[in-house]
Amino acid sequence: MTVSQHRLVIPHAPGELVLPTYAKPEPGNHPPLDFPPYKSTGLRHPTRPLVLLPHRLTEVTGPLLGDDLITMQDADLTAGHAGEPQGQRIIVFGQVRDSGGKPVPDTLVEIWQTNAAGRYRHSREHHPAPLDPNFDGVGRAITDQGGRYRFITIQPGSYPWGNHYNAWRPAHIHFSLFGRAFTQRLVTQMYFPGDPLLPLDPIYNSVPDEKARQRMIAAFSIEDTQPEWALAYRFDIVLRGREASIFEDEGHDH
Amino acid sequence: MGELLTPSQTVGPYFSMRLPWDQGPYVVPAGTAGAITIIGRLFDGAGDPIPDGLIETWQASPEGRFAHPDDPRGPVPDGDKAFRGFGRVPTGHDGSFKIVTLKPGALPAGDGQVEAPHIDVSVFSRGMLDRSVTRIYFPDEPEANAADPVLAQVPDDRLATLIAVPAGDGLLRFDIHMQGPAETVFFDL
Ligand SMILES: [Fe+3]
Repeated sequence: MTVSQHRLVIPHAPGELVLPTYAKPEPGNHPPLDFPPYKSTGLRHPTRPLVLLPHRLTEVTGPLLGDDLITMQDADLTAGHAGEPQGQRIIVFGQVRDSGGKPVPDTLVEIWQTNAAGRYRHSREHHPAPLDPNFDGVGRAITDQGGRYRFITIQPGSYPWGNHYNAWRPAHIHFSLFGRAFTQRLVTQMYFPGDPLLPLDPIYNSVPDEKARQRMIAAFSIEDTQPEWALAYRFDIVLRGREASIFEDEGHDH
Repeated sequence: MGELLTPSQTVGPYFSMRLPWDQGPYVVPAGTAGAITIIGRLFDGAGDPIPDGLIETWQASPEGRFAHPDDPRGPVPDGDKAFRGFGRVPTGHDGSFKIVTLKPGALPAGDGQVEAPHIDVSVFSRGMLDRSVTRIYFPDEPEANAADPVLAQVPDDRLATLIAVPAGDGLLRFDIHMQGPAETVFFDL
């Protein structure tokens, strides 16, 4: 049997440290750092070869940001103001798991998005669409023991950007996740099924593998849609998983 | 093999509109005994500051421990409870950032090797489809740095990009250049 995967064993008196390693992404799963159709990558990507960083103590640990940072209300982006925000109310929910299929519990999920008109609440935002006094567009949640999270928000809008003539971003929600280790940190975007702007968007299409791209599109769920209240979208998120541990192989006596 | 991963996408220009995170730059509270301040600026390939970047740091405690289940040694029992290990700061209009922390301890690295004190850094911004990862090493650790197994993989003429520069009175400077003659060493994690 070929031992193609291993765990790093770090001797440390009196015992030893046995550390996990995290699987490399498949080629094409993540976008290249240099992607000319997205112009801003030009001056912002490393040009020299990357140096391999083995997974040691700093990499296999990570911030475990707890409940003290958030309140229940942080997961409801429609609450906390004098009135209801404009737009189509939606539920965005899903499971965070690793590439081995294991749920990732107790991890911080942060989201940010435009309002229904396609405008961010930010001082550098210049899109001439109205602000909504009842919508800030930011939320936080911690996954439960099954890796599940759930937000209540409104359908974000599309907005123009300067990348090329008549460039518009497909509607999206930005997601930021920590996972349980530095290796698992992920920032991504959730898109909506059937958006006509998706085939035209350099950011979405920067991901080479089509199946990986589709992983960023939420699934409409009629089962979780709440009658007379809100449409539901399921968005499962997969982080890097640990490589399988090999404890024995055929050449070894026990 | 396992499932495909959810692909990375850029943070875009508006990450800093997230819910407020007041302690962001403070890995330890300001005024903590022995605290050091790391300042720096983030630059693009034209040498211009990146004003919409986000810097995150993760590091061991001064004793070289992590409060995390995958460090089987665990945190130091009477260690500094206010030490978070994690820092986050958006860059300013001039690309500047600042982290207040404690200098991390050295770490066992296997095969009798020792990793020199270091801080792992993630760099995010508009125009970056994935984060870039680098490390901050310390200028007052020449021997530990010379024996560090990660630095040993770095070409000699680029080593200096990973070592912070003394900037007076508890201050260290660590500039990050995405490109150019001083391009920072970034890692394949
Ligand atoms: Fe956006």
